Amino acid sequence: MSIIEFRNTSKHFGPLKVLDGVDLSIEAGEVVVLVGPSGSGKSTLLRCINGLETITGGDLVVDGLSVTGGSRQLREIRQEAGMVFQQFNLFPQLTALENVAFGPAKVRGQSKAKARETALDLLEKVGLRDKAGHYPSELSGGQQQRVAIARALAVKPKVMLFDEPTSALDPELKQEVLNVMHALAEEGMTMVVVTHEMAFAKQVGTRLIFMEHGHIAVDGNPREVIDTPPNDRMRDFLQHV
Amino acid sequence: MDTDWSVVVDSLPQLLEGAETTIYITIVGLIGGLALGTLAGMMRAYGGRILNAIAFAYIELIRGTPIVVQVMFLYFALPVLANIRIDPMSAAILAIIVNAGAYIAEIVRGAFLSISKGLTEAGLAIGLPHWKVLYYIVGPLAFRRLIPPLGNQFIVSLKDTSLFIVIGVGELTRTGQEIMAANFRAVEIWTAVAVIYLIMTGTLSLILRITEKRMRIL
Repeated sequence: MSIIEFRNTSKHFGPLKVLDGVDLSIEAGEVVVLVGPSGSGKSTLLRCINGLETITGGDLVVDGLSVTGGSRQLREIRQEAGMVFQQFNLFPQLTALENVAFGPAKVRGQSKAKARETALDLLEKVGLRDKAGHYPSELSGGQQQRVAIARALAVKPKVMLFDEPTSALDPELKQEVLNVMHALAEEGMTMVVVTHEMAFAKQVGTRLIFMEHGHIAVDGNPREVIDTPPNDRMRDFLQHV
Repeated sequence: MDTDWSVVVDSLPQLLEGAETTIYITIVGLIGGLALGTLAGMMRAYGGRILNAIAFAYIELIRGTPIVVQVMFLYFALPVLANIRIDPMSAAILAIIVNAGAYIAEIVRGAFLSISKGLTEAGLAIGLPHWKVLYYIVGPLAFRRLIPPLGNQFIVSLKDTSLFIVIGVGELTRTGQEIMAANFRAVEIWTAVAVIYLIMTGTLSLILRITEKRMRIL
């Protein structure tokens, strides 16, 4: 069974249709890159997966659980689908270590010592063990985003959702975040990534989805569809990123 | 004009007793006001339509009427209306609770809503229930922003206790009035009363400033 399954999923904001009957299955181990012009619905599609946006039509099933199944079920889904945000959103009153240990302790119910251990391991993994005691305001944007990735991983999700993870970063800081994501993909993590980084899409992505007006316009192999875009709108879009 | 400051020394024990009552009303009233204000503020910020409407009505009712009228209502009208009789001290404390609560509610609401929505989403995204996000993440951040406006309200409430002279509570202003009525030493007594108020509000300001300094505003 697919790990994420959109079944004729719609999302309206008032009269505005942001997602219009989307059907999409994502299998475990896929690295799906979502691209498209602003307002095409790519971020909304991503945010529906962990219920930060409520779907208004159809169904959406994540790891066998429907996002329409109530708040308890939604929390279970969120533990299986970690999210990384454009603006990092680290908790500013907590150190890097405390940010990462927060999920294991408060969500997974680990002891303080165990959560700390989990957090240190993950900070090691994103190359920031030496920054464990720093507050977010003392870290660069790239470092903050790596801590945010560690924080999401700490809850042991099966899927990772990335919402423009490098868009708020200076060019030279993007690469350190992309490297961490690349390593994660190589470990076999299922990932859905909204991004404008076409090089990353070609190198790491196993599938590319181009969205337009709340529809999936193109769905294919990243290398193929980026090099020879199958539709004019996408060719046009690619010239501008 | 001849002044005789020795009358201040003579009446100091009595004035300090009045000041003690003022402090007592302020502290108990503000503890209650903080609890009521937090509740009403959370109802405004996160409650559904009904809870929001109830809190809104309460806040508008209190902010739209003078505190003197409120305490008069509690003390004189409530016994007639609902056959509930309360002593002046309880009426005074209740008035501070209800009055400060309305202003604190707006302070609490503003502080919570000023915290970036992204942090709430980050908390929800790791699977926390909403109340835990408010308790562990938004609350501690909002608290830091709460301190300066809360300090203002504490000082206002402390001074508002002087208005309870109208229901005969023996707080500082009432005590000053009584001493003055006996010795007609207006300059000396009202100066002393004002200085005692200044000492109390000054101490409060100092405590708040220290608290603020100790916390990193984030």
